[in-house]
Amino acid sequence: MSSKDKVVVLSTTAILGYGFPISSFEEGMKRNPDVLAVDAGSTDPGPYYLGAGVSFTDSQAVKRDLSIMLKAGRERSIPVIVGTAGGSGADAHLDWCLEIIHEIAKEESLSFKMAVIHAEIDKALLLERLEAGDIIPLPPGEPLSREELEAATRVVGQMGLEPFVEALKAGADVIIAGRSYDPVVFAAYPIWKGFDPGLALHMGKILECASIASLPGSGSDCMLGVLSKDFFELEPMNQSRRCTTTSVAAHTLYEKTNPVILPGPGGVLNLEKTTFEQVNERVVRVSGTTFVPADIYTIKLEGARLVGYRTVSIAGARDPVFIEKIDQIISGVRERVQDNFRELDGKYQLLFKLYGRDGVMGDLEPEKDKIAHELGIVIEAVAQNQELADTICSFTRSTMLHFGFPGRLATAGNLAFPYSPSDFTAGEVYQFAVHHLIKVEDPRELFPLSFEEVGGKEE
Amino acid sequence: MSAKSISIRELAEVIRSKNAGPYELTLDIIFKSEEIFDRVVASKYITPERIADLYSIPVKNIMSFVEFAPAKAIKITFERPGVGGDIGDNDVYGAQQHAPLLSLNIPWN
Repeated sequence: MSSKDKVVVLSTTAILGYGFPISSFEEGMKRNPDVLAVDAGSTDPGPYYLGAGVSFTDSQAVKRDLSIMLKAGRERSIPVIVGTAGGSGADAHLDWCLEIIHEIAKEESLSFKMAVIHAEIDKALLLERLEAGDIIPLPPGEPLSREELEAATRVVGQMGLEPFVEALKAGADVIIAGRSYDPVVFAAYPIWKGFDPGLALHMGKILECASIASLPGSGSDCMLGVLSKDFFELEPMNQSRRCTTTSVAAHTLYEKTNPVILPGPGGVLNLEKTTFEQVNERVVRVSGTTFVPADIYTIKLEGARLVGYRTVSIAGARDPVFIEKIDQIISGVRERVQDNFRELDGKYQLLFKLYGRDGVMGDLEPEKDKIAHELGIVIEAVAQNQELADTICSFTRSTMLHFGFPGRLATAGNLAFPYSPSDFTAGEVYQFAVHHLIKVEDPRELFPLSFEEVGGKEE
Repeated sequence: MSAKSISIRELAEVIRSKNAGPYELTLDIIFKSEEIFDRVVASKYITPERIADLYSIPVKNIMSFVEFAPAKAIKITFERPGVGGDIGDNDVYGAQQHAPLLSLNIPWN
């Protein structure tokens, strides 16, 4: 174990299941880490995963990473901490991750005391808290309505460090948490040991993305953080990477609104006086970051609701006359579909994405007038049920394929389909529906903690 | 134009876009050196107004515009035109919305 004047935290990978080279992990273990930690989630992959209760990472890949971490953690008797289990951290995701852990424990004959922290919040409780005025908007968002909350399939809260510290105090060997503010997964242990919360959280901000803050950056390689009283140092565990003051400073920008004021559960991380120093070719030292506690402790809520079912068809076009008249053709096709299914009006949405014009940027595209010599076309129908989405997509595709337009010379078909079948049932469509703050008296009140003895006690 | 200018591609080592949560899109321009960063900042060429114009959005949608010297970076965050993953969204991760920045030419006298 390391001496008391510093804490060594090993972050294995940017997201559990993204993998890491075993040589980097072994290098990390040589540094005698006090704790192994990993962030397992993100909202980036969109609302589907939270809404549907499905992980965006693969179970075999998660099992591989976790197995290496759990074995090493037990060998050294150091805690292993996982935040935002299953990618979105609701109960379905947590259960998915726990099942993998039980499999590993059985296969590897591991036994440990596991803390499980839930982050999905009961809607009845949230409705009460909404009535009480405890749920407030998160700018630029609007206040939450009762209808929006009721419509949400699942709502999670981003827990702060307090539930983790409670689990550590109780002697947890392994902590598996639902939705968590990413940095606390790495900061909880050092803060429990009495280290500065500002530095610990800033170190956590960087460690949550593992080696992304190094050069060359990687989201699937190990990063070591060593926290002392007045600073922390970062070192990538792969010898072919290095941290530079620019790579680390630049990372504080990553996925953030403002690089110097970073709000989180219970307060704000302030980087106005932060300095970055190059210690040697591969190590950067960071100091000066402070944590300013908020007057009122708030937790960020995330929810998703089901908005329909999707079917898509993918096609290409190369005919210059067709491409020139594409807007006119699309409005003609829309009219035909609408006319054919009058009774279904208002029960579906029909969308066209045009790759080669503005398929990537939509309204943000500054060069809308430029159009490529070939177009990729995605026809998309979203409807109240899957059958209806299938119907609208299929009918739109066949209509567009044979649609007549002025100047047409190619009368055999307007579209090139790369696949048969040409249409793809994409299933449930979700939307982020709750993105608000909830005021709490006790930072742990929304996050029930339970313990479980995993594996037999036999030696 | 008689004044000299230089493509931002020559001056920056990173130009990227990404979601900052599903409701915001953030642009990072990290310059190659402190000297270049200082000159670009002094030129006052990159402003919230110019970014708003480039992306055809109202200036009021720009939530944050920061010149961050420790990273030699200019960072701009604006409200996403639609929430990430909503019906009609084109870029769920927001990772391909940086392209218009590559056409900027910075005055360089």
